[in-house]
Amino acid sequence: MTVFIIRRLLQAVIVVFIMSLIVFFGVNVIGDPVDMLINPEADQAEIERTIKALGLDKPIHEQYLFFLKGVATGDFGKSFIFGEPALKLILHHMPATIELALVSLIMAIVLGIPLGLYAGLFPDQRVSRGIMAASILGFSLPTFWVGLMMIMLFAVYLGWLPSTGRGDTAVFLGIESSLWTRDGLSHLFMPALNLALTNISLVIRLTRAGVREAMHQDYIKFARAKGLKPRRVIGVHLMKNILIPIITVLGLEFGSLMAFSVVTETIFAWPGMGKLLIDSLLQLDRPVVVAYLMIIVLFFVVINLVVDILYSVLDPRVRLKDQGT
Amino acid sequence: MNFKRPIGILVATTLLATPVLAEELTIGLSSEPTAMDPYFHNLGPNNAMTRHIFDRLILQDEKQALTPGLATSWAPVDDLTWEFKLRQGVKYHDGSDFNADDVVCSWERAPNVPNSPSSFGTYTKGKTVVKIDDFTVHIKTAAPFPLMANDVSNIAIVSSETGCNASTEDYNNGPASVGTGPFKFVSYSPGDSIVLERNDDYWGEKPVWSKVTLKPIKSGPSRVAALLAGDVDMIEGVPTTDITTLAKNDDLALSQGVSNRVIYLHLDHDRADSPFVTANGGGDIDNPLRKLEVRQAISKAINRDAIVDRVMEGVAIKAGQLLPEGFFGVSDKLAPVDYDPNGAKELLAKAGVADGFELTIHGPNDRYINDAKIAEAIGQMLTRIGIKTQVETMPRSVYFKRASRGGPDETPEFSFILVGWGAGSGEASSPLKSLIGTHNPDKGWGASNRGRYSNPKVDELLETALATVEDPTRQNLLAEATEIAINDGAIIPLHYQVNTWAAKKGLTYKARTDEATLAIGVVKE
Repeated sequence: MTVFIIRRLLQAVIVVFIMSLIVFFGVNVIGDPVDMLINPEADQAEIERTIKALGLDKPIHEQYLFFLKGVATGDFGKSFIFGEPALKLILHHMPATIELALVSLIMAIVLGIPLGLYAGLFPDQRVSRGIMAASILGFSLPTFWVGLMMIMLFAVYLGWLPSTGRGDTAVFLGIESSLWTRDGLSHLFMPALNLALTNISLVIRLTRAGVREAMHQDYIKFARAKGLKPRRVIGVHLMKNILIPIITVLGLEFGSLMAFSVVTETIFAWPGMGKLLIDSLLQLDRPVVVAYLMIIVLFFVVINLVVDILYSVLDPRVRLKDQGT
Repeated sequence: MNFKRPIGILVATTLLATPVLAEELTIGLSSEPTAMDPYFHNLGPNNAMTRHIFDRLILQDEKQALTPGLATSWAPVDDLTWEFKLRQGVKYHDGSDFNADDVVCSWERAPNVPNSPSSFGTYTKGKTVVKIDDFTVHIKTAAPFPLMANDVSNIAIVSSETGCNASTEDYNNGPASVGTGPFKFVSYSPGDSIVLERNDDYWGEKPVWSKVTLKPIKSGPSRVAALLAGDVDMIEGVPTTDITTLAKNDDLALSQGVSNRVIYLHLDHDRADSPFVTANGGGDIDNPLRKLEVRQAISKAINRDAIVDRVMEGVAIKAGQLLPEGFFGVSDKLAPVDYDPNGAKELLAKAGVADGFELTIHGPNDRYINDAKIAEAIGQMLTRIGIKTQVETMPRSVYFKRASRGGPDETPEFSFILVGWGAGSGEASSPLKSLIGTHNPDKGWGASNRGRYSNPKVDELLETALATVEDPTRQNLLAEATEIAINDGAIIPLHYQVNTWAAKKGLTYKARTDEATLAIGVVKE
């Protein structure tokens, strides 16, 4: 298993390196950050000065080598816009996004699995049909529209929840988070639900399909024949077997929630990484975009690794080996 | 710097804090300042925010007229020297006194901030600040410099004790954000909020707001929703599509005002073979945009009333020159060109292109209010008089580079473009110098002259104006230069943008021409 993990991490380094090449050269093709940064009234000399100061006067391969040298020492470059290290900016915005992704993942599990289980166990009930129809809506409605509708309903008409932004934070167990305050949670609810909608639907459908398939398997029949209580048959025998695909999907989805919650964060003015990414892209803050995408690649590699390890815990038949490589 | 309290107390305080006190103000901003450091980034959102904390020697009022700030009076003592008398008895937020040393060291730091993406060197260049006594400074230049007061009004004054040797980070974290302004720094958390509190010892009119929170909400619909939900008391940048609905809402009040930003068309005056101008059917043609009649025809073909009414939903003012009336250097002889398609066709015939030609208009689609829609409207109007116009719009991150330096040898790439210009100095020399003055990097002229217009007569008038210290004479020179340039079709002005702020009933905003949102401008009725 150790060899497996080491090998996986080495692969990750190569993937990140290739990613840096693609992203670095990719973002350098688009536009010119100077026009986005400089005061329109600046004269040519001032524009020249800024180009020099940002290092944009050098040929692109030199810029890339300089960048790689920095990365080797943990320096991803400084944001053009904020003048702060890109890594620091991303880390600063990370807790807000982790909160959002975590809560939305929990929503997906807590709502998705029971609903899916119900729909799978009693497929012919009207309630089950309702759940399945709702899950199709959850998939197909665009998040920006649902987000705005939620704001209109819960914030504007009903006035139950604040419309945008992140609430007060507090420190608990050494972690500063808005999860620990009531104000924070009330700000968190809508964006997290909006982000979770697709995943709730996904989990419902996966769970239902899994349940429908497993119910006819021999081991379930055997467990029943043994006289086990339905609670134990479903809670242990059934659940353990249908969880594997759900964990795979949720693992990857968690990555997406972290990395690309762009739409939700923009609508709810949530000060997280997704908003940082979209702002940086729009304003051509190249160092932040490059650093962000490299970190995300690393992140996905780690998530996949964790998912693989979880497999082996859930299913002892799975041994961690290199499959085919 | 966020609230750090144990959870129990926090729940209690949030419950107590929920009924909003009348003196607290929360504003939803459409763009976010990038730092608290007043010299880090010379750009609109930053300059608006830092004005809360840091005074300037000279302030710009809501019409960008200059009023005394930390300087009580200013005047040239000779051709090359301006004298500023400083206000006495002003205290910084930390209790220290304001004097000439603060001015001298502020001017030293202003152009020299590391990593500044757009520096204040534009304003400090060529000027030397000398302390005469504790409350008098002289600013010297190598040549007569009439725009001294305008430039001075752009330089914030920080404290020699805490601010001059501080880093941008010190400003962001708070210790260096000590000014003499109407508000004190409380906290800054990027992407989330900026919190300020009233400076009770302010030398000027004290603000009514004891606490001000600025929240960046970049998405237009979300900003409107936040206002409707009561999470913010006022928003800037109301989307034009929402203005009619909001105006009908009895719980809200709108404040509108014309801005210093003109939306205009720039055309290729330079190249004989312009890349996006072709004969009918796509063949080569000697660039017809270089003929005055064609430029006049284009201006006549544009129905400015229709653009203002339909595209801008009434929220714009049609334009006939570079700045709306009331600004310094504006001509009283120029009016918006009337819509006259037949006259336009006659002019085309006179220019020898009676059958028209083919043209592509390029414009941004995320920079100015309704920019892409305006470009489309122009395309249709020109096609109607026979100039078959294609419309191509793109994000500003791509557009401005191509429009300024996208062609061979860093020449402008396009032939016919839609652009806007906001005169930060609040007078006519700014657009004249940047848009119309002959492109000349050594002189710093024509940096945004993307049509490469060049007219020796205009240059000469501008040159004289920029060396004339007496206001009335300079005013006339600038007006004359504007008249010649506009009548020559140097650019084709379309309209002046009108900005809209929306607030809860009972609050009004003194709309500013420079588009800035300042908490002191929010008035309670």
